[in-house]
This record gives sequence, C-alpha cells and structure tokens, in this order.
Amino acid sequence: MALKVTDLRVYYRTLRGEVKALDGVTFSVADGEIMGLAGESGSGKSTLAKSLIRLDGRMRHVGGTVELDGRAMPLSDDTAMDEFRFRKVSLIPQYSMSALNPTRKIGKMIGELLESRGERPDRAELERRLELVGLSKDVLDRYPIELSGGMKQRVVMVISTLLNPSLLIADEVTSALDVSSQKAVATTLLGFRDHGLVTSMMVVTHDISLVYQIADTIMVMYAGRLAEKAPADALVNAPRHPYTQQLISALPEVGVRYEDRRLTGIPGNPPSLLNPPGGCRFRDRCPLASGQCAEQPPFAEVAPGHFVACWKAE
Amino acid sequence: MMLKLDGVSKVYRVGAFGGRELKAVSDVSFEVGEGEVVSLIGESGSGKSTIGRMILRLASISSGTITFDGRDITSIKDRKEYYRQVQGVFQDPFSCYNPVFRADRVFSMIKEQYFPRVGADEWRKRVAAALESVRLDPGNVLGKYPHQLSGGQLQRMLIARAVLLDIRLLVADEIISMLDASTRIDVLNLLADLRARGLGILFVTHDLSLGNYVSDRTVVLRHGKIVEMGRTDLVFGNPVHPYTRSLLASVPRLHTKWADVATGDDVPCAYHEAPRDSRTRPGLAEVEAGHWVACAGCAASGIEEKKIKEKA
Repeated sequence: MALKVTDLRVYYRTLRGEVKALDGVTFSVADGEIMGLAGESGSGKSTLAKSLIRLDGRMRHVGGTVELDGRAMPLSDDTAMDEFRFRKVSLIPQYSMSALNPTRKIGKMIGELLESRGERPDRAELERRLELVGLSKDVLDRYPIELSGGMKQRVVMVISTLLNPSLLIADEVTSALDVSSQKAVATTLLGFRDHGLVTSMMVVTHDISLVYQIADTIMVMYAGRLAEKAPADALVNAPRHPYTQQLISALPEVGVRYEDRRLTGIPGNPPSLLNPPGGCRFRDRCPLASGQCAEQPPFAEVAPGHFVACWKAE
Repeated sequence: MMLKLDGVSKVYRVGAFGGRELKAVSDVSFEVGEGEVVSLIGESGSGKSTIGRMILRLASISSGTITFDGRDITSIKDRKEYYRQVQGVFQDPFSCYNPVFRADRVFSMIKEQYFPRVGADEWRKRVAAALESVRLDPGNVLGKYPHQLSGGQLQRMLIARAVLLDIRLLVADEIISMLDASTRIDVLNLLADLRARGLGILFVTHDLSLGNYVSDRTVVLRHGKIVEMGRTDLVFGNPVHPYTRSLLASVPRLHTKWADVATGDDVPCAYHEAPRDSRTRPGLAEVEAGHWVACAGCAASGIEEKKIKEKA
C-alpha cells in the first residue's frame, strides 16, 4: 500500500466555529494506482489533497492517521513534514501558470529549488524529462513569461515529479485548460506512472468524465465524507451510492440532447459543515432515505475493491 | 431574423504603442432567431467571448455590422432601450454581486433604472414571478446575502434579473462553467424552458457536451473564424471539418475512453470537395441542407488565392 488513510479528520477554524471539511475518511491507494478523487465544491476533496501536503494556518488535524509506504506522516508538524514533501509526496497545483518565479530563468529556478532541498540537479535527467512531456531543453534558459500557459503547466509537472515521489497529487490541473490540452495533460499524467516516475497518483477533479479516461479507481466525496470508491468502470457504469448515481445521470454527454432525454439535477444543497446533521449527510437529498439513515453508514466493501457508504447498497 | 451578424471583425491593437494588430474575430456571419438557442463553441482565444461582448455593445465593432430586428445596433443611441431587449449573463456569478448588500439588490437596481413608476406591490409580484420562472423559491433567496446562496442560485437570480426586463435575446457567456455538476443541468434546462417562451439565446461555451445538449444550431469558431456551423444534430452527428472532428474526439466521455474513439484522419477538405455553387456563405460551403463548413486549410486554398492574385 502506497498510501493508507485512517479516519482522517481535518477541520477549519472560522469565527463561527469549526467547519468539518474532512470528517473521518478511511481509504488506501495501492502501488501503481491512479485514483481519481471527484466531488463538488465543498465536498472536502481539496482539503484532503492539501492535508497530505501542508495544513495551512486555518486547518487543524483533529484526528486520524496517514501512512505513506508504511511510515506515519506527521501532518500537524510543519517542519517534520518537510522530509516527505517533494521527495515522497508531491503536488501539481491548480494554477501552475502562477507557480513559477517570474524573476528567474526556469533552469535557475529549478536549481535553486533542488538546492533548498539538499539535492543536486542532474541536468541530463532534467532534459530527458522535459523531452518526455514534449519540451525542448531551451526552456531552461527562458523566463516563465516567455512560455505559453500549456508549456508552463508542463514545466511544473516536470518539477513536481523530479524526485520520483511515491504519491503525486494533481489538484484540478485540467480545469483551466481547453479540451485538446486537457487530453494532453491527462495523458502526460498517465505517462508519469507508466514510466515509473511516480508510484501512485491522486487526481483531484470535479470532472468525472475526464478522470474516467485515465484513472484506475475513482473515489467520490460528499460533504466531508467518502461516498463511494470503486474501479473506474464500475463506478461509472454501475454506481451503487444514490449520490454517485444521480451525479452521473446529471452529466450531459455529447450525443444527449434535452429534446430526446431531459436530464435532471439533484434537488437541494449539501448540508452546512459548521454543524452537520448526524447520520448520512446525503439523506436530505436522497430518494431512498429512511429512518435507518439517521445512523451513519459504514464505508463498507460490497464487492472486491468497491466501497460504498450507504445502507441501501447491496 | 432577430439578431444578425454580417461580416463582423474585431481587431485589437497590441504590442508597444499598439503597433501590431491582432485579429480576434474575422468576418463572422451568423443569425439568432426568436425562440432559438445557438451555441458558439470555441477554445480559449477563439474570439467567442469577444463576439458576445460586441453583441452586448461592451466592445466596439471593427468592421461589419450587427443588426437587431434589422437595425444596426451601433445606431441605437438609447442604450437603455437596447438593454431592455438584450442582456448578458457571465461566467462568474460570485463577482456580479456586491458582498456588502443583499443579493436581491440586483432587482431593485433594475426597478430604479427601468421601471421607476411600477408600484411596490406590483413589483414584488413581478420579482416573485421571475424567480419562479427560474425555479427559485422567492422566500428562500430574497433578503439573503450573496455568501448565503450557492453559485447556482446566484446565477439563476441573474437570469431572473434578465427575465424581469422581458428581454428577447440573452447572451449567456460560459454561465455553466463555474457551477457544480449536480446544479449545472438545472441551469441548462432553464435555458431550454426560456427558449420555449420565445427567448433567443446565444450560448457561448467551450464545452461541447453542454452546447450539444441545449442548442438548436451550433457555430464552431477557431482563431476568430467560423470553421463549421449549422443544425446541432448535423454538426455533431456528422462533423466534416478536421478541427471539429478533433475537438469531438478529445472531449472526455463517460462510458467511452479516448483510446476507443476513432479520429478518422485524412478526410478530404469538404469545402473544396463540395460543388462551387454550394458556397452559399462567404468562405463556407453548404455540404448538406443547413450545414456549412469552411476550408480545412488544404492545398487547394493556396492555389485559388494565387489565381485570384494573378487575375488582379
């Protein structure tokens, strides 16, 4: 198991109390697995991704453990986490375009970055990896302003994977891109895993149809908890959680027109995470809800590799 | 036709001292009729938003004309009169509200500007009716601050604001992109309902599946030029321009993986394959009734240009 997360809870401090953005999630990511992490805004997917890299000032690690390659990660100890960051866990940020230092040439910036981590830059390896994402070594002598958005994105992707991390977290990396660049970036991610540059990957996205293209498994979050995790094909073709089912049937696809088949959204809104109701958090919007749902359902394995948090899923 | 664009271009001056020109939109012609949804599809930099802004008179037109009910929109001196009929809704609903004020202030601002003589009771009724038409519960959203409402609710309130004016054309520029998947479809269905009431809608988007779901006709733009346009079922069902084909092939789909989508390369240029008399629009050939395509950038276009130059 590359990554093992057990009952992780991370809350945000606000003036009105604590927002329970991540409230007891338990899952694991196997070696070589690309896991898509899908959810709507406020589902906790970004909080989960951030927690594995760095808790910011408002975030508090309330409970639960995270193990990476058998070693416990000290989430709340900012300095101790330095040992993991970049080497073991690495992140491709959402806005790569603004992640580069505008006053340094790309090559120099990478050099300084490695130096700050006590690593020696290997120029030949760096050039090989740039080539892998379709960039020439000339970019090392350019300033970020001289590169296009897509090129900057690829530079950041190369930097993030330079030290062959065990876990790569890609946070909404395709959201700001055009469809054709989306495909290029997604296939590059796949290439990183296939070339063995990263062991496992967590691809955070709100776009299930995109992540379905490259992921081995997809995990869906709802209101700070896990709803379902399954092999990508099973999740898309035979989802078992009522939320996943409704979410997938609400996605318009090329070929579907409202005149032929009118799709419906999910009525209602997710609950506030300041004081979330007990039991299943989807129950107010769920067509199958019953009295039993007042008790929180376990995230149970209903088929090999298929986990669902719902009393009604058989 | 209600709205008609005829050979519309937009040139931006770029570079130091505006020395260079950037043609963001070149020679675009299409129409939007009453009760019709036309989607304008393109990637970033295709000029789709610029076209929307020109229609809304937020950007000047460099050449060509845009007419609304046969009148050149630049000749309409009273902008208020124009905006009573044509309104826009944009991508980010959160930035359209002032967080200091309650969200329903967008309605009272409309009243002050456009309906100062309507009585308070009558106005309340109209606001309630407009909210119901976008399927919002007035009691749920009125009196709330923007942060208390979801993106989908805020976006629907902006559409309700446009509906209050009893407009005839709505320019919807990427209005779905910032919404969550579970509420997206509600806003899309809402556009379809408004269309049934006779509203013309220009739906600007980069997302092919959204455009395909809701629109009657589709215009595909690339680098400011129309590459393919026509009835949505024809453009998506039988795309003939290589660019449209490659766009469709890169769209991530559920149930089908990229590897399984055949791209079908090496198709001949449909524009030059079609007979000459099918070139019924400038630069576009009508390959089947209601379906136009531009040259795929094949060798034949260079030869033709050369001939024209030689003649000159």
